[in-house]
Amino acid sequence: MPKVGWLRVPLVITYAFLYLPIAVLVVMSFNASKTPFIWTGFSTKWYGELLNNELIREGFVNTMIVAVGATILATVLGTLLAIGVARYFRSAIVEAYSLAPAIIPDLALAIGLLALFGMLGVTLSLFSVLLSHVVFGMAFVAAVVIARLGQTDSSLEEASRDLGAGATTTFVRITLPSLAPAIIAGALLVFTLSLDEFVIAFFTDGPSTPTLPIVIYSMVRFGVTPEINALAALLLLVSFTIVLSAQRITRLTDSV
Amino acid sequence: MTTTEVRSSGRGASRRRALSARAVFAGPGLLYVTLFMSLPLLLILVYSFLNRGRFGGIVWEFTFENYARAFEPVYLKVFTTSIVIAGVTTVLALALGYPTAYAITRLSPRWRTVALVLVVLPFWTNFLIRTYAWIVLLNTEGPVNSALVDLGVIGAPIGLLYTPGAVVVGLLYAYLPLVVLPVYASIERVDRQLIEAATNLGASRTRAFLDVTLPLTLPGAMIGAIFVFVPSLGNFVVPELLGGGKTVMVGNLIRDQFLEARDWPFGSVFALFVVALLVALFALQAVISRRINGRGRARA
Amino acid sequence: MTALLTIDHVSKAYGSIQALDDVTIDIRSNEFFALLGPSGCGKTTLLRCIAGFEEPDAGSITIDSTAGVATDLLALPPNKRPVNLMFQSYALFPHMNVQRNVAYGLEREGLPRSEVAARVGEVLETVGLTDKAKARPAQLSGGQRQRVALARAIVKRPRLLLLDEPLSALDRKVRAEMQLELKRLQHEVGITFVVVTHDQEEAMSMADTIAVMHNGRVQQVADPVTLYSRPANVFVADFIGDGTLIPGSAAGGTFTALGRTLPCANPASVTGAAVIMLRPEFLSITAVTDPEVVLEGHVMETHFFGGSSTTVVRVGGLDAPVVISSPGAPRHGVGDHVGMTWAAADAVLIADPGRDPGSS
Repeated sequence: MPKVGWLRVPLVITYAFLYLPIAVLVVMSFNASKTPFIWTGFSTKWYGELLNNELIREGFVNTMIVAVGATILATVLGTLLAIGVARYFRSAIVEAYSLAPAIIPDLALAIGLLALFGMLGVTLSLFSVLLSHVVFGMAFVAAVVIARLGQTDSSLEEASRDLGAGATTTFVRITLPSLAPAIIAGALLVFTLSLDEFVIAFFTDGPSTPTLPIVIYSMVRFGVTPEINALAALLLLVSFTIVLSAQRITRLTDSV
Repeated sequence: MTTTEVRSSGRGASRRRALSARAVFAGPGLLYVTLFMSLPLLLILVYSFLNRGRFGGIVWEFTFENYARAFEPVYLKVFTTSIVIAGVTTVLALALGYPTAYAITRLSPRWRTVALVLVVLPFWTNFLIRTYAWIVLLNTEGPVNSALVDLGVIGAPIGLLYTPGAVVVGLLYAYLPLVVLPVYASIERVDRQLIEAATNLGASRTRAFLDVTLPLTLPGAMIGAIFVFVPSLGNFVVPELLGGGKTVMVGNLIRDQFLEARDWPFGSVFALFVVALLVALFALQAVISRRINGRGRARA
Repeated sequence: MTALLTIDHVSKAYGSIQALDDVTIDIRSNEFFALLGPSGCGKTTLLRCIAGFEEPDAGSITIDSTAGVATDLLALPPNKRPVNLMFQSYALFPHMNVQRNVAYGLEREGLPRSEVAARVGEVLETVGLTDKAKARPAQLSGGQRQRVALARAIVKRPRLLLLDEPLSALDRKVRAEMQLELKRLQHEVGITFVVVTHDQEEAMSMADTIAVMHNGRVQQVADPVTLYSRPANVFVADFIGDGTLIPGSAAGGTFTALGRTLPCANPASVTGAAVIMLRPEFLSITAVTDPEVVLEGHVMETHFFGGSSTTVVRVGGLDAPVVISSPGAPRHGVGDHVGMTWAAADAVLIADPGRDPGSS
């Protein structure tokens, strides 16, 4: 059947729409002018200013604490959950329940968590953000690992069990290694998600320890500054790198 | 012992083993989801029937007052605005996302992966940064205005930012990838032989697309539409940053009730609405999906 | 009878793989024709070329129109060809019920609604699915789905109906029923059927004419009996039915193998490397001392099937054992030293030009 040329039109529009704004931001981040819209010459000075910005530095440290903690916890819980769901429950309802945090509207989850922490008397801090990020992070890890489990065959594990290996040995020697790429990819995704997450952090964070997205939010609300352009370019670079590595490790696009 | 007894005790032991494996693997995760998702949502449900305290907080008195208030004209207007804005965004996202997904399925396998990754990539980047990009783009002195002036479309820069249109563009930018993925997956799943069968029976390419591909990918398109529509309703950042606070959506209402008015019970009503809408739309999608595929096989 | 479909020197390659290599076949009107061959032999590619889903690199495919004028099939787009296809997977539209599936092709012709309804009703009755008209494909059994696929294809009253492995998705029992059913339907509707299959029993029991294909080439086109008794080459002899091939060489009116002259039909017809083909039912076992004995060997296995039995005999110098079928119970035990005889007329001599005559 002949290839249809007009199908290129939506492709071009979509990719232009998705990438031109990002490209403009990156170009503007190298603009010497203080007004972020008018190009006056190439400069990297905004990247320097960025490093001197106390608020951004603090926000970055806070975000890293949350992201690393949430990634570790979500990866462990999500992996176990995926194995439990895919190998032992085999129930569509349990699977849907496990993955629900990934699709529940973030704002509803955010205020629910705020209410929960309020009721339990938990002081809002980076720790409450971390706990909150684990909820959806776990669901993303579980989704990636379940997809992988769907491609691998459980007979390997059964054979190992059959040959006399205990459940623990089987898990450590057979199950985990075969899932490693999916687990790593899932961990990378949780890390970027947590790094960039705003809505839930906005509601569950304490006032003295803003995460980087909260800092960005307050900056953006008060207008456009060239420093944000530089920060945006850096964050885009980080996210792109992490997601592309995750894609290389396990073909994420195969599990859509 | 009779053989049946042996067998049933054996089955009992293996069932116990399966149960303990379930508990070890899925237990912590399911507990976590229950504690940090279900319980919070349940709490919102309970709060929505309670009174607010004088200085914020909750008073444990049962009331329907919050639901009654939600129907006041001020709030109904917010609903209408939200549904129109989220609706327009969803229609545009489908209009752009469906053909894009279709075009991707026609690429060679190698390019298909590249194209999909390129669609997903922006979704994984900082949402605030992506929204901020449009502040830069749509500003009176920004590139879109200067391009339009240079092209002679407009005589002088116009106010693009802080309009409902800017909100739609911002939401579309945020959620377009979420349409492309499920639509792509559903087109990919359509058996090529069905298209050939339609052709063999006398259908033109267009006809075969309309009669076979389109109905069979409707469930996938619906998933995509839900992924755009519901989060658009609940988004408060885009209306605030790109709408300049002039366009008030359900998300802004929820945020304000929790953080400014400190009326948690009333805010809970709207948050519940968003969650309930999501659940209802997914249920509708499941029903339609089953209908399309013939009863007994509920594959999207 | 003139040909309905003329496939003339058709070739098609995918990269370095020659899927169709100079294929020429004539298919007569009202014939039940089978394209038979192992998977990858090119039969499905040929079918897809006729239907219009693939384009041949060379050659022509023409169909005799009603006026007796040949129409170039390759010039028509797939949706305009007077040819319908029943897919191996049936390709029923899952979102339409049986009635709408069957009506789909007629609706594309723009026929009035009343005629569509009448013809759909008629064809559903022919395949015995009137009571399933409102059912969705997902609610039907495999056999019922196959009937819907067939109904959908024949309701268009094509000149030619192509069937891609029509019975392969059915279980054994239903398959036997559907073989008879297909044959009956073909008679009833009077459409030319072209069946693609890898199952020789299926082809032999249903088809009037069979084209055996291998490596993109047509090996032989003949009726089932001829294919069985007079295979045109070694591939066909080996592929069709059971039997033993004994390689040797033919010269001056005698066939020589294993260092002796073996009797065969028309020994003077071939010179050079050749094989003789021995069907199990034409061989008989006798005592080694019998003066008629042509070959001798030791019994490896015996199998008893009630009415008949087979005896497998290992002959020194032959790679494959010789299989003999005889009525009643086996009369020899494993390890027995036995002789074999056959009538010269029952051993078919086939040239084997690909083989070096000295090699065995």
